[in-house]
Amino acid sequence: MDTFMSLADGFAIALTWQNILLALLGCFLGTIMGALPGLGPSNGVAILIPLAFTLGLGATPSLILLTSVYYGAMYGGRISSILLNIPGDEPAMMTCLDGYPMAQKGMAGQALSLSGIASFVGAFFATWGLIFLAPQLVKIALLFGPAEYFALFALAFMTLGGVSSTNQAKSAFAAALGLGLAMIGVDTQTGVPRFTFGEVHLYDGLDFLVAIVGLFALSEVFIFLEHRHGDADGTASKIKVGRLTPPLSMLKQTTPTMIRSTLLGFLAGVLPGAGASLGSFIAYSFEKRLVDKDGKTFGKGDPRGVAAPEAGNNAAAGGALVPMLALGVPGSGTTAVLLAVLLSLNITPGPLLFSQNPDVVWGLIAALFIANFMLLAMNIPMVGLFTRVLMVPPRILMPVVAMVSFVGIYGISGSSFDLLVMVGFGMLGWILRKFDVPLVPIILGTLLGNAMENNLRRAITIDNGNWLTLVDSPLSITLWLIAIVGFILPLIIGRKVKSKMHAPRDEEGSLAD
Amino acid sequence: MSDRIFGLVGLLIAIGFAFAALAIEESFLSDAVGPKAFPLIIATILGLSSIAIALKPDASPTWPSLGRFVEIIAAAVVMMLYAELLPVFGFVIATAFAAAYLTWRLGSGAVATVLTGVGTSVGIYVIFHLVLGLSLARGPFGF
Repeated sequence: MDTFMSLADGFAIALTWQNILLALLGCFLGTIMGALPGLGPSNGVAILIPLAFTLGLGATPSLILLTSVYYGAMYGGRISSILLNIPGDEPAMMTCLDGYPMAQKGMAGQALSLSGIASFVGAFFATWGLIFLAPQLVKIALLFGPAEYFALFALAFMTLGGVSSTNQAKSAFAAALGLGLAMIGVDTQTGVPRFTFGEVHLYDGLDFLVAIVGLFALSEVFIFLEHRHGDADGTASKIKVGRLTPPLSMLKQTTPTMIRSTLLGFLAGVLPGAGASLGSFIAYSFEKRLVDKDGKTFGKGDPRGVAAPEAGNNAAAGGALVPMLALGVPGSGTTAVLLAVLLSLNITPGPLLFSQNPDVVWGLIAALFIANFMLLAMNIPMVGLFTRVLMVPPRILMPVVAMVSFVGIYGISGSSFDLLVMVGFGMLGWILRKFDVPLVPIILGTLLGNAMENNLRRAITIDNGNWLTLVDSPLSITLWLIAIVGFILPLIIGRKVKSKMHAPRDEEGSLAD
Repeated sequence: MSDRIFGLVGLLIAIGFAFAALAIEESFLSDAVGPKAFPLIIATILGLSSIAIALKPDASPTWPSLGRFVEIIAAAVVMMLYAELLPVFGFVIATAFAAAYLTWRLGSGAVATVLTGVGTSVGIYVIFHLVLGLSLARGPFGF
């Protein structure tokens, strides 16, 4: 019953005019960012963090704004998948397979509303899953000492490449690069400067927000410049949206699909190394195997093929919040960016968050419910408006993205130095994306590097300099084993999964959810 | 081939990082691990993964033509100039020029370039400064 009491408190916090407005704004912006090809959820949240931060919003309002963007982007990705056959973001890739054929058959409106409902079902039940699962995970996490935390961080890095990773060496490279960047600045334990090369600006360390916005948002601008891709992909106006409500029979037919996909997606979200893209992939393939054994209808506009990936990826988005909130260790790109939000607000996620900042946790969860209903309401009648947004050509959009990124970062520190560093990260991001090096481990490295080192040093100092203390308890041994399996498994099956996921279409430079 | 060069550069970075780590001055008040150990572990991972990338390269990415490459460098230079000149000219003027440059390079015509540049700059100024009260760089004219 405690849970429901806390949830009621959460609603009391979330239901202020300011917060409702922020949620509305976040849902709207998120849907747009999700819908526009090139701006995914991680990008969207990354651009808005410095803004939320410099506007002086408190912890709960900022989180409400940014998680609404996160959920909104998960909803929005499907719009361009269905109308243009171009996924708005990576998790929406599977939606193209049946969504676009449906649109070609003149059922675009039905596909959009059905996928909106499927998104709602996925996200709604995943939020309930979050409520019940996160406190259980907290109970386990409270047993963790520094050695276990160090193992947990290692686990996060080793599994972050994901089951779909094709080159684990590049994932490891990215993680090490991120951790290395985090080392810049004055060492917190002994006070000696490290890797600062005498530059005073670096004594405080690199601001991870600068790194995130540069790597995600600016590198996107460079990619568009490289292809001189200035015109809208849109022929969206040519496709007739048609009737906006799915017939009851279609809903009935897809209900079991949605339930199964929600479960699978949620699990994929909670597990390390999966995330929303994999959630939608698993949900789609499972459903295809289950209800379309002969391969007759899937891929040709089967409504179940639209419902499955959408329920799956939205459920995974909710599931991914579980390890982020309960352990402080995100399992996907966007949750890594959300972790940055918490850290820049001086909130340390993890087991203590639930006891020390219950207002933040439960306010956030209540906001997720509110955002979900708003998104459902917004996405069915207003879908026509969002399809118009797809017509905005990148040559107008990308300069706006770049300038808003600059504004946000300048607002934090007011220094040109940070802007220069951000441009540097933008170039770095462009080069790394060319080489297919994942960017998320870099972000996670800069975010968690110092915490990881502190736990390592604490663990060893407690045990008088004995390094074997790291593998001294059954709990930490288990974590290390999971980490090693998670790192080696993709070497065996990674290529297979990835090629299947990208078979429908190969998007260059796509970020992991 | 690209990956082999990438791995080699990565290895050089790892070695440089390791040297920089060894050069950290230890404080007399050190804990059992000290400030060097973790950076050295990172340098090792960085080096090993670079070697792995170089030994088992992926297929080369499609590199842009020289012209496109210059395009990207030029955009980065414009952005850096923007960063440096922002406090000199003020937000509105600097941003209008930077946004106009980017939209021009993405293929806008002359009129659209001016409109997008000025529109982006004034739009952001109105929304973020006048409505939301964010402090932006002030130039000689106060905006």
